[in-house]
Amino acid sequence: MASLSLVHVSRRFGAQAAVRDVTLDVRNGELMCLLGPSGCGKTTMLRMIGGFIMPDAGDIQIEGRSVMALPPERRPTAMVFQRYNLWPHMTVAGNIAFGLRLRHLPRAEIETKVRQVLALVGLPGAAQKYPHQLSGGEQQRVAVARALVLAPQILLLDEPFSNLDARLRVHMREEVKQLQRQIGITTVFVTHDQEEALTIADRIAVMKDGILQQVDTPAALYARPQTLFVADFIGAMNLVPARVEAGQMLAAGAWRLRLPSGVWADGAEMTLAVRPEDLILDPQGAPARVRRVINLGHYRQVLLDSPGAGPLRLFTGKEAAFAEGQEVRVRVARALVFHGASVVEVGGPMRPAVAAPVERG
Amino acid sequence: MSLSAAPAAAGGAPWYWAIGGLRRALGLGAFLALAAFILGPLLTLLVWAFAGAWLFPNLLPEFSLKWWYYVLGNADVDKAIRMSFLSAPIATLFSAVICIPAAYAFARLEFPGRRVLLLSFLCANAFPKIGLYVSIATLFYHLNLMDTFAGVVLIQVVNTILFMIWIPTGTFRGINRNLEEAARDVGAGPLRTFFHITLPIAVPGLIVAALFAFLAAFDEAQGTLIVGTPNHITMPVMMYTLVLSYAQPVGAVFSVLLSLPSLVFLLLAQRYLRAGYLAAGYSL
Repeated sequence: MASLSLVHVSRRFGAQAAVRDVTLDVRNGELMCLLGPSGCGKTTMLRMIGGFIMPDAGDIQIEGRSVMALPPERRPTAMVFQRYNLWPHMTVAGNIAFGLRLRHLPRAEIETKVRQVLALVGLPGAAQKYPHQLSGGEQQRVAVARALVLAPQILLLDEPFSNLDARLRVHMREEVKQLQRQIGITTVFVTHDQEEALTIADRIAVMKDGILQQVDTPAALYARPQTLFVADFIGAMNLVPARVEAGQMLAAGAWRLRLPSGVWADGAEMTLAVRPEDLILDPQGAPARVRRVINLGHYRQVLLDSPGAGPLRLFTGKEAAFAEGQEVRVRVARALVFHGASVVEVGGPMRPAVAAPVERG
Repeated sequence: MSLSAAPAAAGGAPWYWAIGGLRRALGLGAFLALAAFILGPLLTLLVWAFAGAWLFPNLLPEFSLKWWYYVLGNADVDKAIRMSFLSAPIATLFSAVICIPAAYAFARLEFPGRRVLLLSFLCANAFPKIGLYVSIATLFYHLNLMDTFAGVVLIQVVNTILFMIWIPTGTFRGINRNLEEAARDVGAGPLRTFFHITLPIAVPGLIVAALFAFLAAFDEAQGTLIVGTPNHITMPVMMYTLVLSYAQPVGAVFSVLLSLPSLVFLLLAQRYLRAGYLAAGYSL
């Protein structure tokens, strides 16, 4: 149990900057997800914490003490890899006991610990089996057990479920979350799957091109993305090109929205970001034509074409009736405005009033 | 060629290919011809090795072990057998000790000239060896290695290097780095990781490499002839003398003796001789 800090950490591979000046604090007992598309530097970050890659600059601290001088075998971290994780020539018990044997623990104590940790991950009968006799999910559980048995201060998980099928993946991440809560271990979890991150993380660090975009709780990331990338990457989002008119007014398609305080040059390019559930049918709204209706059972996804605003996506309850080709009018209940890549700050959470239509187009 | 009848027929194959029975008969015929071509000489060899008197009307000679007594009772032959079974394992072991760490470096480290160096081990096998041996012999004269046991072992090692570098390099490269990193992660240092994780996982590939290396060392004749004569003669070198100056069955008996180790090793190691390990050695 410990806190983890990355302080201005950078790492290049040749000409490619994999991680750029990242500063991140993971609190004691927290489950932090590193989320981003492949190649964003999240795995490099994890491997730097584990000691497999050295940063070019910056410091990594556990409980306030720098671990930069320590090789992987001496860091208080334990890693669960994506795959090819267990040593095939050892039994499950052998795999788990390997680290304990290196610490010269008495044989009886090793046996007890192996038994306890196997019970913890729900595989009490697997001690004498070989990895190839286990299913993919069972192998990953053993890998988690192998990491936990050493009572590390930080648990590192590198896309541990990406090779499992969808059902098992959902099941395993619930198990890991429960296990993590139960023992309260500080955990860093790398994934490219935003749903996985949103369901298990206490906080999520979103990365892109080696740059930390935003660190926040799942709810805050969804509601208040700070960059255009996060807005687009987390959940579904309609991005509509917009332009400043008369200093305080934003024109996006047929919508006219009042901008928050701040003086903007006329004609400045902005981006209006609207969640599909924040598009509301309203006779006062902007015109659009229904292109396609996708029935997803518990809700409907409606694809719209709006003149000036382009294609839009709208989520609605299953009771609403839409026909393809139908003309509708939609209003924005709540929106975010981005100037370049970053959000236009309102001095607090975005208020729905900001995006209320003030004028019909 | 497709094995199923339908695409073969559709693809314009000869008419008889469409008839299953005929196709199988042709296949079997080809197989038997190949088997006869490969096994025929070996069978003749076996017959000769156990032949006593072989007179005109008899299809087979009368069974006799007299040539075996003759060969095994010969002091020179005895000495050659002992020399072979001593030098080949030592050469294999020596080769393993120097080549396996090198193979690990080739597999895991990126250093300038890696590919060129890896290809350079082919050199010894790419040109007629007799020239190489003659120049090695000049070197050995200066080093006082001519007609010594160490000289014979060294010349055999030259023949094993290709197998002992290439196959283990492929084997090590086939082992996922995560397995080694996981060991480092739970507290094993680099050496402990190599001996407890990497090496045991690589064992099948290393056995295959050692097998090839042993056979290469055991069968080596040219270099040993040049470096080892007159007092350090191995079985393949002895073979030249035997074939030239003794009765035919003597050569046959000796050939059987010479092929026994290969046969025994192939049987022992057959479960490791999977295509994957062999192919793995030849990817640069």
